[in-house]
Amino acid sequence: MADTSHGATRRWMSDPLLVVEHLTMRFGGLVAVNDLSFEVGRGDITALIGPNGAGKTTVFNCVTGFYKPSQGRLALAREGRALAADVAALTRTGKRSRRFPEGDLYLLERMPDFQITRFARVARTFQNIRLFPGMTVLENLIVAQHNPLMHASGMSLLGLLGWPSYLAREKQAVDKAAFWLDQIGLTDRADDPAGALPYGAQRRLEIARAMCTDPVLLCLDEPAAGLNPRESLELNALLRMIRDREGTSILLIEHDMSVVMQISDHVIVLDYGIRIADGTPEEVRNDPRVIAAYLGVEDEDELQAVEAEIAEVAT
Amino acid sequence: MSDPGASAGPAPRSAVREAAFASLVTAGLAFPILALGTQMDLSNRIVLEQRWSWLVIAAVLVFFGRLCALLLADWRARALAVPGTWPLVGGAAMLVTQAGAAPENGLAWMAIGAAMIGAGFALDRRLASRGAVAPDVPAARAVNPLFGKVLPGVGVIALFLFPLIMLWLLGPSGSLKWINNFGIQILIFVMLGWGLNIVVGLAGLLDLGYVAFYAVGAYAYALLSTQFGLSFWWCLPLAGLFAALWGVILGFPVLRLRGDYLAIVTLAFGEIIGAVLTNWTDLTNGKAGIMSIPRITFFGVPFTAGDNGFAAMFGLAFSPIHRTIFLFYLILCLALLTNFVTIRLRRMPVGRAWEALREDEIACRSLGINTTNTKLTAFALGAMFGGFAGSFFAVRQGFVNPDSFTFVESATILAVVVLGGMGSQIGVALAAIVMVGGTEILRELEFLKLIFGSSFDPALYRMLIFGFAMVVMMIWRPRGLISGRSPSVVFRTRKTVSGALVNEGHG
Repeated sequence: MADTSHGATRRWMSDPLLVVEHLTMRFGGLVAVNDLSFEVGRGDITALIGPNGAGKTTVFNCVTGFYKPSQGRLALAREGRALAADVAALTRTGKRSRRFPEGDLYLLERMPDFQITRFARVARTFQNIRLFPGMTVLENLIVAQHNPLMHASGMSLLGLLGWPSYLAREKQAVDKAAFWLDQIGLTDRADDPAGALPYGAQRRLEIARAMCTDPVLLCLDEPAAGLNPRESLELNALLRMIRDREGTSILLIEHDMSVVMQISDHVIVLDYGIRIADGTPEEVRNDPRVIAAYLGVEDEDELQAVEAEIAEVAT
Repeated sequence: MSDPGASAGPAPRSAVREAAFASLVTAGLAFPILALGTQMDLSNRIVLEQRWSWLVIAAVLVFFGRLCALLLADWRARALAVPGTWPLVGGAAMLVTQAGAAPENGLAWMAIGAAMIGAGFALDRRLASRGAVAPDVPAARAVNPLFGKVLPGVGVIALFLFPLIMLWLLGPSGSLKWINNFGIQILIFVMLGWGLNIVVGLAGLLDLGYVAFYAVGAYAYALLSTQFGLSFWWCLPLAGLFAALWGVILGFPVLRLRGDYLAIVTLAFGEIIGAVLTNWTDLTNGKAGIMSIPRITFFGVPFTAGDNGFAAMFGLAFSPIHRTIFLFYLILCLALLTNFVTIRLRRMPVGRAWEALREDEIACRSLGINTTNTKLTAFALGAMFGGFAGSFFAVRQGFVNPDSFTFVESATILAVVVLGGMGSQIGVALAAIVMVGGTEILRELEFLKLIFGSSFDPALYRMLIFGFAMVVMMIWRPRGLISGRSPSVVFRTRKTVSGALVNEGHG
């Protein structure tokens, strides 16, 4: 069930974390994303849905810096709000980021991918899981804390000498990994290679690994793909926990409507690289354009049947 | 199989067909090697010698060897003897003895025949058992403490005692060969292997031009000591620094390349360094090389027979072995330093980032890791240790020229890393012992001359044997001698990660 208190406040309007404006991505002659604008609210779970090939993953790759957008602006306020005046002021400076009294503001389209995770604190997972299969579950979570650990190791020099402050920081990193191992129920498998885990556990581990980078925005590319219904429910609980306890906003691509409708506060629907609907789950669910586009239904009777089915799934 | 009646293994008829095919393949492959040979005649001209009988013998041998192996496998599968197998073996042996003209040659061919049949049998047995029971490799298994802790410790102590034991057993002149040819030569390759292991084994960047950094280190010492009179102890860190600098200079433009492309560029880099060393005669003296490089001193005390020499200072009788023993301990310490730094770095963020890079570069970037810097540190560190080894090489030889830094050296070092098991320190050390020590041992196998005739030089067969060893390794241990990966951090129990899960890197 969608949380109406979240939906009614429309935080993506009042307290935006990420503001995407006129995002366009062209691959040669193909326009994958066409003049797309949307906002992601702080503390929201925002779902990006749409039929296959709608451009959802392209949007993700632009947000996380894996693609350089052909056009458009992606402003992220790590703290505070991404206000239009501040964003415009930063854009004119030609710099990547600026410190405002409320917090740091970043223009993601100007940053390389690894800096987006490191400084702007946007973490992501992948549609086809990308763990470090030959490293243990614990190591996967420790590698995610690379930057603070690298700093603590004095660019490896203090670490090479076994400096106590580094050892203490490493202990802290293991504790943090232990916390996430507990959250995803993999404590007993901490010393097993990640590649040997079952599929559902690998998905959870990838989310936990992304969380170990301390993100303000977590981008999940189809987190429920390949999960059974019980695992989907566990995933919902994990995502809610990440939003409520960790205060991390979530942007997710998902095809599983039971996940989308139950946990999201805000749903954006894409088709052919264009936004066709944007609103609370209820609004989007009842939008005939969405149903027609998303399910490719043209017949009016069939449309009603599908609408009823979606309503049933969502409740 | 083509014979519908044969359910378990090939029937004799198809076995004959398969053996004939194998012998045909052998004839095709071995034709240029066996059937044609070159020899100098009396007027020093090269003449072509035709040895068709060799080819026929080889083909026949393979035919019967393969046939026996197949029939034996068949027999084992049906648990009954196929009549005619043993006569066939006997026939093969007979043919072999008949073919050899001189008795000593006959003995040689018989030995080869027996070895081939044995090898075929062993291979077959292995393949059969593999086919019957799929090996159930566990993804991770607990570490045997004997292997993890005790073995390296014992190995290091044994290495420190090695020259003293040799000296005690064989005396100053007898032990020279063992300490120099076996000890120092192997340890140089252990060190180079450990240095390259950082780049190839940990970071997963295939570097075919590692010898370039070895050359930079060697020439750095040669030039700094002959031109500026700097002592070895000053030149050693400088050589490492120069090599690391070249590592960064090479790394910066090429690290955006991956896999095969990176390998080709590093290969070219190795060749370029060689070409520069050959052609920049003003600096390097070209092909003639740099001679009379100052020899190693005992922290300022020279290893000479004079009154202020090492022997006189410690009240010993002068012997050149003192210098060799000192060089042995020097390279041992350098190698152990490489090992220590690598092991330490593996447990640190940068080392974990190297391994993560090998596993999945895109995932690394999604976690905020600067992959360019990470690759550069791996390249620079690997190059630095190569440079250390190079300056050691120069001080040991007292002479450097471009011929010591050819692609074959790069290939040997890479073979040590791959053979050892990429990323495994002990594996690399073992592989260096096998590869370099193996070469030296070949020189020692005098008794082979009794079998193959006095003109037989086993050392010439080095490459053939390496090639064979590599093929055998690929079949039996595709991940190297030590294929398991030891985790860099442990939560509760230390388990070795199966090599099957560990990626080799994509460049």
